[in-house]
Amino acid sequence: MDIRNISKEKLQFVEGELQLHDQKFETKPIGFLKDAWLRFKKNKGSIVAAIIILIIILFAVFGPVFSSYAVSDCDANYALCRPDLGLDLPFWNGDKEMRLNDNYLALLYGIGYGAEDPDGSGNVAWQQAVDSEYACIVNTKDSLMESGTHYTYCDVDTVMRVGFSYQTITMDEYNAIRDWENTSGIRVIYPMIDYDSEFCMDSDDANCWYKSMGKVPLTKDGNRATLEYLQANGYADNYKRDAEGNVVYYVNKDKTMISVRVLYYNYYRYLHEGSRPTHIFGTDGQGYDIFIRLASGARISLLLAFGVSIINLTIGAFYGAIEGYYGGVTDMIMERITDILADVPFIIVATLFQQHFVQTGKVSAFTGLLFAFVLTGWIGTAYRVRTQFYRFKNQEYVLAARTLGASDMRIMWKHIFPNSLGTIITSSVLVIPSVIFSESMLSFLGIVNFQSKDMTSIGTLLSNGQKYLSTDPHVIFFPAMVISLLMISFNLFGNGLRDAFNPSLRGTEE
Amino acid sequence: MAKFIYILKRLGAMILTLIVIFVMSFVLIKLLPVEKSIGQGNAARIEEARREALGYNKPIMEQLWIYTKNILTKWDWGTSWKIDYMADVGDVITSRLPPTMLINVYSLLFSVPVGILLGIFAAIKKNKWQDQLISVMIMLFISVPSYVYAFLVQYILGFKAGWFPLVTSSLYDAGNSWFSWTMFHSMVLPVLSLSFGDIAGLARFTRAELTEQLSSDYMLLARTKGLTRSQATVRHALKNAMVPILPGIISMFVGVIGGSIIIEQIFGVPGIGALFLKSINLKDYDVFMASSMFYTVIGLAANILIDLSYGFLDPRIRMGER
Repeated sequence: MDIRNISKEKLQFVEGELQLHDQKFETKPIGFLKDAWLRFKKNKGSIVAAIIILIIILFAVFGPVFSSYAVSDCDANYALCRPDLGLDLPFWNGDKEMRLNDNYLALLYGIGYGAEDPDGSGNVAWQQAVDSEYACIVNTKDSLMESGTHYTYCDVDTVMRVGFSYQTITMDEYNAIRDWENTSGIRVIYPMIDYDSEFCMDSDDANCWYKSMGKVPLTKDGNRATLEYLQANGYADNYKRDAEGNVVYYVNKDKTMISVRVLYYNYYRYLHEGSRPTHIFGTDGQGYDIFIRLASGARISLLLAFGVSIINLTIGAFYGAIEGYYGGVTDMIMERITDILADVPFIIVATLFQQHFVQTGKVSAFTGLLFAFVLTGWIGTAYRVRTQFYRFKNQEYVLAARTLGASDMRIMWKHIFPNSLGTIITSSVLVIPSVIFSESMLSFLGIVNFQSKDMTSIGTLLSNGQKYLSTDPHVIFFPAMVISLLMISFNLFGNGLRDAFNPSLRGTEE
Repeated sequence: MAKFIYILKRLGAMILTLIVIFVMSFVLIKLLPVEKSIGQGNAARIEEARREALGYNKPIMEQLWIYTKNILTKWDWGTSWKIDYMADVGDVITSRLPPTMLINVYSLLFSVPVGILLGIFAAIKKNKWQDQLISVMIMLFISVPSYVYAFLVQYILGFKAGWFPLVTSSLYDAGNSWFSWTMFHSMVLPVLSLSFGDIAGLARFTRAELTEQLSSDYMLLARTKGLTRSQATVRHALKNAMVPILPGIISMFVGVIGGSIIIEQIFGVPGIGALFLKSINLKDYDVFMASSMFYTVIGLAANILIDLSYGFLDPRIRMGER
């Protein structure tokens, strides 16, 4: 086709008479927060961290709901129980590996043996005792001789190891237990030991119900009994018997109280309406359930951290805004004040606060610590807000707002503040792990005392657990685990937020 | 001249801050209830006389005056009533310094080279698996609280493997020398626990600085002039990268005296941190006051040193000029 000879009719305006206007965007606008969220989403590490934080928060808030224990529940009989998930796993099953000599082995086997024979008849086969529901030795492993003593490595169930114990109760309670025994078919009360006899090893130890001398189990004739002998012939019991030769189930202590010997596991079930002890994270040296104590401690730490973060944010934002916006002499005076405050060592402030206000009983340990954190904590936020205000206060849009007659307050909060929001949010999130760390450190060192029946903190749990580091590391493991996870996740989460709120990073990852 | 005036200004501000903190702490400590004398007979009379000389029965402001005067004229920081009965607080603090300093010096000597080398390695291998591995380790060691890995090394290296004692040995057991093998051996675990955090921090900082320098234009120039990659890295990039790192290291050396209270507590180091804690628990207020001031001075000095060393090390920063 010849371009030069196109007829005029063929040439016409495409749009004709149509008037062109700006079109509305068909895509959705991406706001500041949406943009941040889009960038945050891409950071897989931060997402995982956020999920872990969420899980720990849920654990701290709802842990008490799912646990059958209260924070103040303490059962000294069940001190240092191993963690037991209750799922029959080969690990995490409440067992502890112990190295036992033969006498101690006999003592522990005796718990299962005695539990199978509530009437003192003595007709219990060895295998029946080993397979007993109440046997505490789960399995035996290698054995060795060391300096003349024979030792056996065993997995011992830490809950069953408690075995029997003496309880002082009233006659009414005794009858109530007997009734419960009949309805549930679970035996709680076992024969009393004749602790006046010459064969009683330790009148406080209800587990040593057989004849023994020193710590050595004896045969019926009073000879030394080896483990093999016990396996073949059973234990020679040392129960208290009445004139007819029947075992006695209680001894009068005084006018109203009687002393009974109970299988503690079943006594526990009697007290807790049939439920068994379930210590998912085990128990500590005093017999507190670690799961619930840890949830409570994590709650204190998180509450403190969020509280400090919010208060710091508020004070810091106001202070920094005034400094940054007005500048000049105001700024200089306020800066000097923060300079001095910022150099006050935190640990000294915290100590003095505790000594002055907490130990004198004026405020709780929590409030005292909160004050200590807030006293110098807001300075960092104030500094960042001040920098942001310096950056934005001379921008054209601020000038425009001022020309239109906006007040100082309006310019500060409506125009400048939203622009510095990203930095402020990030810094408040990054304050949280540092508060959690400092809190745990102070309570670990004992400067802050959270140790009480109804309250604890992760640092306190750690310092209690340190005593058992070599024998029962689970006491320290779970608190250390939770605080490490919290620190790692909050740092990752904070870094993710910082990148997300930094628009200059937009598109750099692709 | 501007530099000189700037330094003077900073020092002046530091002294002002110190005075404010000093007065505040003193007044707050003096407001706490004073423990009764624990000595008997003759000792009680000596103690009473000492208390009288320190002005314990006078108004607080007068006590402050006596206290300040004693420090300035005689370097007398008061008397320890509980920890070392009737000992001079200055001596008490000095006697606790060696273990703290030793542990921290060992830790620095170990962590500074390791940290910097790791950082350099990560920067050179940027975005390869080595770098990613190091970055993850750095992230872990910076986030996990130092006491958690103190427990870990204590349990694994100290208890399970049995290579090192669980706590620092006493001066007596180590043959009355801070430098004996027994002492060093028992200090390995606290030194390790202190080092992890420092190593991670230094490695991260070095990596960030060095990657920035490696991608700058002068590196390209150096390479076009015929330097090998390693020559350019060592002679140009590393030198520049060290400028912001060195002040940090210098301030770490000031921090050596302060040490870490929590690590000392875990490993039973008889150092200044343990003294601080003990003075709180036993309510030995003169020791508490003096050790608080000790920590304050260290903190302030470290801050100033960082700022000043930036100016000295980096010719682009002109101190005190506008």
